[in-house]
Order: sequence, then structure tokens, then C-alpha cells
Amino acid sequence: MPPTSVPLFGRRSFLAGALGVGGSALAAEGPPQVPALQVPLWTREPGRGVASPGYGVPSSFERLTRKPRTSPAFPGAASAGTPLQHLHGTITPSGLHFERHHGGVPAIDPGQHRLVVHGLVERPLILTMDDLVRFPSVSRLHFLECSGNTPAWQKTNPAWTVQDTHGLLSCAEWTGVELATLLDEVGCKPEASWLLAEGADAAAMTRSLPLSALDGAILAYAQNGEALRPEQGYPLRLFLPGLEGNLSIKWLRRIKLGDRPFQTREETSKYTDLLPDGTARQFTFTMEAKSVVTTPSGGHRLKEPGAYEISGLAWSGRGRITGVEVSVDGGASWRPAALQEPVLSRCLTRFRLPWRWDGGPALIQSRATDETGYRQPTRGALIAARGTNSIYHFNGIYGWQVAAGGSVRHVA
Amino acid sequence: MWRETVSRAAGLAACLLLGLMPAGPASADPLGPHRLGRPATPEAIAPWNIDVRPDGAGLSPGRGGVAEGRAIYAARCAGCHGEAGQGGAADRLVGGQGTLASSKPVRTVGSFWPYATTLFDYVRRAMPFDAPQSLSDAEVYAVSAYLLHLNGVVPADAVLDAASLPAVAMPNRDGFVADARPDVTEK
Repeated sequence: MPPTSVPLFGRRSFLAGALGVGGSALAAEGPPQVPALQVPLWTREPGRGVASPGYGVPSSFERLTRKPRTSPAFPGAASAGTPLQHLHGTITPSGLHFERHHGGVPAIDPGQHRLVVHGLVERPLILTMDDLVRFPSVSRLHFLECSGNTPAWQKTNPAWTVQDTHGLLSCAEWTGVELATLLDEVGCKPEASWLLAEGADAAAMTRSLPLSALDGAILAYAQNGEALRPEQGYPLRLFLPGLEGNLSIKWLRRIKLGDRPFQTREETSKYTDLLPDGTARQFTFTMEAKSVVTTPSGGHRLKEPGAYEISGLAWSGRGRITGVEVSVDGGASWRPAALQEPVLSRCLTRFRLPWRWDGGPALIQSRATDETGYRQPTRGALIAARGTNSIYHFNGIYGWQVAAGGSVRHVA
Repeated sequence: MWRETVSRAAGLAACLLLGLMPAGPASADPLGPHRLGRPATPEAIAPWNIDVRPDGAGLSPGRGGVAEGRAIYAARCAGCHGEAGQGGAADRLVGGQGTLASSKPVRTVGSFWPYATTLFDYVRRAMPFDAPQSLSDAEVYAVSAYLLHLNGVVPADAVLDAASLPAVAMPNRDGFVADARPDVTEK
């Protein structure tokens, strides 16, 4: 007697899913012939010894890489996305964390690196990395997302994978000194209300931040248990939970306290959001609630009808994710997905929903809700509010079309 | 535990000092509660203290005009940004005024940048891309003047310095608004 089928979310009903195609085929043809298992070579001889290599690397059968969506004119002023379609859980391996640089990745000697904190402070300081690691530290899990992630304001490309559409998103454990600890050390003057953060890279990247937007800010020197990778700001970066990625200045060399924004290039002509009336929103920091299905997603192929798990990621710059709903009929009906615990504030949350594909067309989408009650909008609602020239902060519902043959492509 | 003890002792010492001595700059202790780091004197940090604000704070002595800027631009900038700032491998810098509300907005120094001081700050810290921070302050004033002239913002005989640069009236000075999100709500 066959085991009872698990309930799966299908286009028909749970009952129809339980009596699905696979079961019928088995009943008609009998069990398939399975060749006897072989004892492979790797079981019949000892493997390699410890510490070879001393710093472990993925299996030679794993070929994951970051990659830019299009070939950049200036490789040092470009971005490369995380292969979300091949990752599991919520933590991004450090070597696959997305990259966005404005003047290339500097090769900084930590012994020569300095952090200057000055401006409207009582005690301007120059700190070494040795100084910084002696302050009380914290470790926190947070996502980081580029404001330009998901370029869907205008025409999208059906051939894009989720690495192309959502790959400027990663999640790690960040360790360092709370910015508040350092500001206590230098003593902010009463009139200080903004700060300028500056990198030591060839772009000397700068952004202004109001002190009121710095909840949870960390001066991070470690990522996933080891020193920051060079692409992530080695030896020191600012890390601002829930805010657009470019604010988390990498290779941090200077913090200057002031009483107004400094109006740098990045916060005037670059990372501002143009509206239909020709004005542009400035200081658009928060990354609003968003989600995307990573399995199945663009470029995947479903080999046969039957049981699959729909899985994806949800996140919000305003706090915790409280729910994710999944549709397989283009938004006509929605079903709640299970959220993997722990669900943390301003961190990626993995969601999952068992699904039985009946072999026909299916448009798979997800929408997230966060603890403020905000629910991820449709693309149409975003465009109705902001037009199509905003470039940044697209957080609309995103769909993957499963075709009758099992191929999966993006549809707007 | 060791760190906590040291930290508490240091904090206590700082409190005692503050209690014993009169308030004000004369009593300022150069180090904070953790007694870490060294005082950042203006002289020590000058090579990194390069930011410029719209009110002109941070601008350097020196001056540069459109004519010198034309030659510097041709030698150091045109290869990526185009002979007349029309763009190339790198961003377009000239034109686009009146396009921001259209379906094809052209964002340039002339059409989009709200402050002339930002141009000086950005060129000085990050340009040219292959040799940032290699231009003198006078050269940065000159290139800024040339780009503003190409955009019709300053005349052909303009010479910019710490007094005149912040006074340049940029066409899109009032083109920016505050973040209004959350602006899309579907309950």
C-alpha cells in the first residue's frame, strides 16, 4: 500500500494533487527497473588529508560565481550579483556576497589603515584597527541590498535569472563596534545632526546621514566570522541595517560630524529617485518590504510534473517579515508560505511552500508583509505612484512563468 | 572581563576628571572613556579632510577659469566623457535641461546637479577615474568652470574660486524633494 501523499498546493485541489500524474503512471506501468548501486572509487581508497588546502574551498563540482548583469565599461565601477537561485537558507557565503564598487577594490594594509572621527565632536580621534577591535563589539545578522537591485521600472528581459534581477542582495553576520559606542567616545556636540562617511577607495565614496537614521549602525570589521572580504570593505566598513547598500561606506576612513547634509555627488546626482514631474526624491534610505521566489526561477527547468518546493527570500528594512504569500496563478489566489525561524529584523527570511506542478503553465509570484503592516505592492501600483524613471528602490511583486514544457522565465 | 574592568575604570576616571575640573574647552580631555586612539589634530588629518559643502565650507584657496579648464578637460576627461561632454564610456556631463519630466530624462551637471560645490568636491576626490586626486585645486576649479560653461551656467570668461563657486546658480537647485515613502499601500 503506497504511503499517504503529502498535501501540496496545486492549481486544482489538494485532493487532485494527491491523485496526481506520478501516481497514475506508477499504477499503470509498475515499478521502474533500478540498476544495482556501484561502490565508487572514493569509497575504496582514502581521501586527502587535513588542511589541504588550509583554507577550505567548495567542492570542485560546485561552480557558483558572482557575475555582472551586463559587461561593464569600467569593471571597477560596476556591480556583480549573488547567485540566489543556487543558494539555500539565508546566509550568503562571503565569497558570493554581491559587489558594487565606484572606484574598484583597494588593497588596503590594515596596519596602515586609519579611521578619523572629527567635525562637531569634543574629542576628534584617529584610530587604528588595533584600537577599534578593543572597543565593545556586537555581531548581528542583516541583509544588504543595493538600491538599484531589480531593474524593473522599465522594460525587463525574459532571459534574466534571479541573480540578474535580485542578486544585488546578500545576508551575513556582521561584527564590529556600534557606531553609537564610537560617537560616545568622541562626544558629539549638541549641534551635530548629520555625519559624512568617507571611504579610502579611489572613489573616496561619501554619503551624508542624519544621526536620526543610524539605529543599529555598526563599524564592521568582520563578516561571517572572519575579517571582511576586500570587496566588502576590508578592513573596516560602515554597516547600516535596512538601508540602501551604498550608504554602508566600505573601506571606511573618515566620519565627520556636521549640522547639515554635505550634498555629495552620490546623494544628489546619483542615488536620488526621479519622479514624473521632474523632481527627484533625495535621502531615500529605507529598503521597503520585498520578496522573490528563488526556486523555481528564471533559467530553471522542471523535469516532470509532480512535487516541488517553492522557496524564496523575503526582507524588510523596517523590521521583521510577518508573512509571505505565494500565488501560482498570476495573483488570482494566494496561499501563505511557511517562514523559516528565526525570523530576524532587517534580515533575510526564507519562505517555503510545497507545490504540485500539474505540467501546465503556472505564473509563480510572492508578496511579503512586514511588522509595520506594509505589504509588497504590485509593479503597476509602484509605477502609478512613481512613474518609470526612478531607477532605484523597485520592490514590486515579481513573477516567474513556468511554461507547459517546464522552462521558467521572467514575465513583468 | 578584563576589558570590562579596564573600561569601567577608564570611564570612572573620566567622570572624576569632569567632576573635579571646570567645564569648557580648557578642561577637555583629548581621549574618550576607552582611552583609545590619538587626538586628530587639524594638521594631521588635512590630507583626508577634503569635503566641500554647498556653503563653501572646505573649499581651497586658488582659482581656475574656463580657458584653462578647456585644456585640462581635453587632456584628462574627454577620453571617457566625450570631447564636448556629450558622454562616452562614462556619463554624459552636458545638456539635458528641460528633459527631467520627460520619458527620457537626461541627467547631467547642467540639468540635474543642484550644487556647483558638489562638482568641485567630486572631481577633486574621484576624478579622473584612472588617477583620482591627481589634479591641483586650481585645476579642479578650472575644470569645474569649463563644465559649467559647457552647460550654459557660467560665461566664457568665468573664473571660479572659494567665493564665486558657491554663488553659482544651478538650474536644478530646487529640483529635490524629501522621501515620501511609504507611498504605495495596498492592504
